[in-house]
Amino acid sequence: MRRTVAALLRKELLVELRTLESVPGMSLFAVTTFVVFHFALNQNSVSGDEAAGILWVTLLFAAMLGVNRLFVADQDQGGFDAFLLAPVDRSAMLLAKALALLAYLIVLELVAVPAFGLLLLGPSLSQALPDLLVVLLLADLGIAVIGTLVAALAVRTRARDLLGALLALPLLVPVVIGGARATSPLLGLTHAASPPIRWLLTLGLYDLVFGLIAYAVFDFLLED
Amino acid sequence: MYGRGLRTLSITTVAVMAIALGLVFFYAPLEAEQGFLQKIFYVHVPLAIVALCGFVAGGLMAIQHLRTRDPRWDMRSYVAIHMSLIFAVATLITGSIWAKGSWGHWWVWSEPTLVSFLIVFLLYATYQPLRFAIEDPERQGRYASVFAILAGAFVPLNFLAVRLSTEYLHPRVLGSSSNLPAKMQLTFLVSLLGIALLYLTLCKYELTAKHTRAQLRALRRRLAGESVEGAAPRGRSAAPHLALSPSASASTPRSA
Amino acid sequence: MIELDGLVRRYGEREALSDVSLSVASGQTLVVFGPNGAGKTTLLRVLSTLLRAHAGSVSVLGKSLPEEAWAVRGRVGLLGHEPLLYRELTARENLRFHARLHDLSAERVEERLAAVSLTDRADEPLKTLSRGMVARVAIARATLHDPELLLLDEPWANLDPAARELIEPLIGVGSDPTRPRTRVISSHDPSGGLSEADLVLGLRAGRPALLREAARVDPGEIAELYR
Repeated sequence: MRRTVAALLRKELLVELRTLESVPGMSLFAVTTFVVFHFALNQNSVSGDEAAGILWVTLLFAAMLGVNRLFVADQDQGGFDAFLLAPVDRSAMLLAKALALLAYLIVLELVAVPAFGLLLLGPSLSQALPDLLVVLLLADLGIAVIGTLVAALAVRTRARDLLGALLALPLLVPVVIGGARATSPLLGLTHAASPPIRWLLTLGLYDLVFGLIAYAVFDFLLED
Repeated sequence: MYGRGLRTLSITTVAVMAIALGLVFFYAPLEAEQGFLQKIFYVHVPLAIVALCGFVAGGLMAIQHLRTRDPRWDMRSYVAIHMSLIFAVATLITGSIWAKGSWGHWWVWSEPTLVSFLIVFLLYATYQPLRFAIEDPERQGRYASVFAILAGAFVPLNFLAVRLSTEYLHPRVLGSSSNLPAKMQLTFLVSLLGIALLYLTLCKYELTAKHTRAQLRALRRRLAGESVEGAAPRGRSAAPHLALSPSASASTPRSA
Repeated sequence: MIELDGLVRRYGEREALSDVSLSVASGQTLVVFGPNGAGKTTLLRVLSTLLRAHAGSVSVLGKSLPEEAWAVRGRVGLLGHEPLLYRELTARENLRFHARLHDLSAERVEERLAAVSLTDRADEPLKTLSRGMVARVAIARATLHDPELLLLDEPWANLDPAARELIEPLIGVGSDPTRPRTRVISSHDPSGGLSEADLVLGLRAGRPALLREAARVDPGEIAELYR
């Protein structure tokens, strides 16, 4: 199992490095969106609830771009069949794809969060950083799991890009709630308070429940 | 097979709903604060409860479908979700009317049940487009079941998250159904029963109709000599279909 | 080796394969003829465990499908219309990926690359190679794990005569006469296909129209299928 996940992940990252289809687009989209927000809100700096909202909406929509492209190469170039013919555990694909998406999200945030701190955020980012990383990681896990499932569902349908976003966004509302509420005190104008524990627990619960469900149902999406 | 008991069920439903209506208008006392408008509570809350149970039931049926691969479970899951979606829209509409009457706005973010329903509605509204976008009927059923399971698990999580995040500006009514006076409780329970029966009856109607149509198609195919050319192609559809073999129609008893 | 009894595979209400029953012994070659849409590809995909039967029984390598499919994968090789390779990766990277999935060594990859004569172009992305070369890499992929059962869907379609000669030993019955490889080949070429076959199956609209030992079939009957 571990060997299979490693092989799949290696292939996944190799293709991404070769084509650069997902990560640069996601990152650029995030930075551009911050600029758009500046003009749309007509504000030079934001803090608190507002800042948390802008950050999470942007990250979410940028993540959608990555989700849309996640299985496209496999679908178009016959990668599913090759995998299905191999004597391996099929859940390995779920794990590998989710890890890949997680990697893309982390790279996205490495670009987007400093950009956000530079362009729009009023208070300093450094005070929020350690707690913010925890929140981002918890939320990323949820986005990775749901994103992989939804991508697998949508890729073999006819309106794949549209359907992917339509399915994922409502499912990710709890992540947005948890993420934004947990981030908001971190980006407070006067000082950074620590996030209420209940939001971290919500995110954790979400990750756990959907992680388990994903593991249970993923096989059914692959077979014919 | 499906049509059996439909008439009894329908009559029972109409009877219970009539009793419920009577209770709502003539038996339940007027609520002090909100007056007559409060009576929408007897429709809105049962609709919400039944819709939610329907969504979760759809998810459970989907699990059965994946486990047994019997397309009838897919059909049941589809109808349950389909019907719950309609009831969910009704929940949103009655909730909106109530909000306008009580608090002056057509929409309020402070009522977590309503907000959760909006999100759940947006999610399940993609169920049929998802089905329609998959042409292979077997895969369509399978993917729809995966979605139904995902969405079914989502419903309670969503409610939790929204409930946690909502500031309570207004008194919660769903939670307060436990300390209602006895007359209101009775009215509420009868209304709940009526709406639940309505849901079951409508589902049964839809299942019967679809099953009958499938039998008809199977008979036509058999008359045409079971050849591919004889059967009219079905075309793309979001609804699951039952590929009944001609022999299945022979074993079905005549229904009333 | 292969036992089919009343195999049915539906697509919606249409039966892509209808009541197919046959038996292939170990070491035999079954050639399947039929017009497009007759169900040849579907049959091969069912045998490869990619598709499950909707009715009837399927037994491959002595294992019943789909329950024991996990025991069959890894012993069956499928060469379909799609090469099942990533265009952005090189031949070597693609084959190494498959090797890892099947728990095979890197040396095996090199040996296959040499067998299809593509060692010198092995580090160029597949999208820069001609279709014939990609077909050769696909054959390398399909035979990488030395399968006991080889399923070939019109294998000669994209190959020029020189390439055909080259890959003959790879998709043939193998070099060991005491352990010939079992094969199921779908073909549009009556005379060429017949010469390879021990057993012939003719499909029309999913139904078996012809099932006989190759020695007792003449090309005219095969042409009839396409009428």
